[in-house]
Amino acid sequence: MREVAVIGIGMTEFGELWQKSFRELVAEAGVKAILDAGIEGEDIDAMYIGGMSTGRFIGQEHVGSLALEVAGLEDLHIPATRVEAACASGGVAMHQGYIAVASGMYDIVVVGGAEKMTDVVGGEATNILASAADREWESFFGATFPGLYALMARYHMHHHGTTQEQLAMVAVKNHHNGSLNPKAQFRREISVEDVLNSPIVAEPLHLLDCSPITDGAAAAILAPVDIARKYTDKIIKIKASVQACDTLSFHSRSRFDSLPAAVHAAKKAYEMAGVKPSDIDVAEVHDCFTIAEIIAIEDLGFVEKGKGGKATEEGLTALDGQIPVNTSGGLKAKGHPVGATGVAQINEIVMQLRGEADKRQVKGATIGLTHNVGGSGGTAVVHILEAI
Amino acid sequence: MGVARYWREIPARYNLIGKKCEICGKVYFPPRTICPKCRRKSIGKMQDYKLSGKGTVESYTIIYTPPPEFEGKAPYAIALIKMEEGCYLTGQIVDCKLDEIHIGMKVEACFRRIQEDGKRGAIYYGYKFRKAES
Repeated sequence: MREVAVIGIGMTEFGELWQKSFRELVAEAGVKAILDAGIEGEDIDAMYIGGMSTGRFIGQEHVGSLALEVAGLEDLHIPATRVEAACASGGVAMHQGYIAVASGMYDIVVVGGAEKMTDVVGGEATNILASAADREWESFFGATFPGLYALMARYHMHHHGTTQEQLAMVAVKNHHNGSLNPKAQFRREISVEDVLNSPIVAEPLHLLDCSPITDGAAAAILAPVDIARKYTDKIIKIKASVQACDTLSFHSRSRFDSLPAAVHAAKKAYEMAGVKPSDIDVAEVHDCFTIAEIIAIEDLGFVEKGKGGKATEEGLTALDGQIPVNTSGGLKAKGHPVGATGVAQINEIVMQLRGEADKRQVKGATIGLTHNVGGSGGTAVVHILEAI
Repeated sequence: MGVARYWREIPARYNLIGKKCEICGKVYFPPRTICPKCRRKSIGKMQDYKLSGKGTVESYTIIYTPPPEFEGKAPYAIALIKMEEGCYLTGQIVDCKLDEIHIGMKVEACFRRIQEDGKRGAIYYGYKFRKAES
């Protein structure tokens, strides 16, 4: 297996982008990444694009071909593949790109992720997102996607004493970080009271415990480390790329206060990278709901199981804390265009490791981690990156 | 949605018929084709098994923002329920005040209307749960 590096990144602004189509989002993120890497179109050997539900959000499948056309690469006839794993589609696309380069099959690979979520109206987006859960045995009976995370939240609160305020503190922290990120959907601070006074979506989760509906795209360019030097001095090596899966339905899992797939992916990623949780300088984790970040920092080994709420309250994961988590604002404040999220997390970590994160820069960050989850934990992808 | 998709799940949804692995004796609901413990040995050895319908609430939520099919039904309770046989499932809790629901509550299955396919489509039935008698 060859060593793989990220040599370019690019992403659109995240938000309700009424003026931009799916095509334009894909083009914008892709072009930025290609310019950042300094590669030419003919250097590209393959493309992988993550999209959760393009068929239902914009009535368009076959978006691999669409991405190729948008990039103007049809004369090269390179393979362009759409990858789907619900909200982990972007992370899995990264993993596929990593495998393609590490194996020696391809040299330069473009990984993208995109979702256009605001072209549907009313409750349709909620219904589409519910397809990340088990349609026959969860959604059919009235369980919503926030509802499944609410079951996790109540369970965690009951067994570990996590409080509603501690959940809210995740959103407060991530909104603070988002206020420092010019690409974030929400660039404003909120208070614990704001979260607790926002409408209830699925008890105990309030509206401000939930990530929003977002349009956006992100891209990353991968290359073998030895070839990467030809293009850039700012080489960010992928020390680990691990995907792990579990049952589709939440009720069939072995644990309810943890995502076993994420625990498994993290363990394998630390082994692959030869690092410990305490070596991580900065992390982007999948905070689709506030409880998800609390469970994530436990599953990743940053804190013991059950201590995630308290650690958040004590500032462990704040921008100036011991392990800053979701410096970008996370899914909560940066926004969560489902298929793009896994690649957007890579964008943030690469910026941090290059020292380009401006007001939200973690000083001296050299090792970063991303944690991307599909559905209620049916898929988890962990990447560990290092500046070399 | 075609009616067949609903019709083929009727045994499980009306009568809580899951599967029991003949090799290890573990009961699965929703039904599974392969026992994840015995895997190859369980092929062809998964027998129909009717659950008692009795279980315990392990966690629950009150849904205030429902999907379109449940429009007008909110707020309603969804629970993670551990069945007597050891398997878990997801279902609504009905016939009680929402604030009576708690972790550890004993429940039993009841047969109810779940949703309908628009105003003219099929009405879908299945299990919900209520406070257990005893």
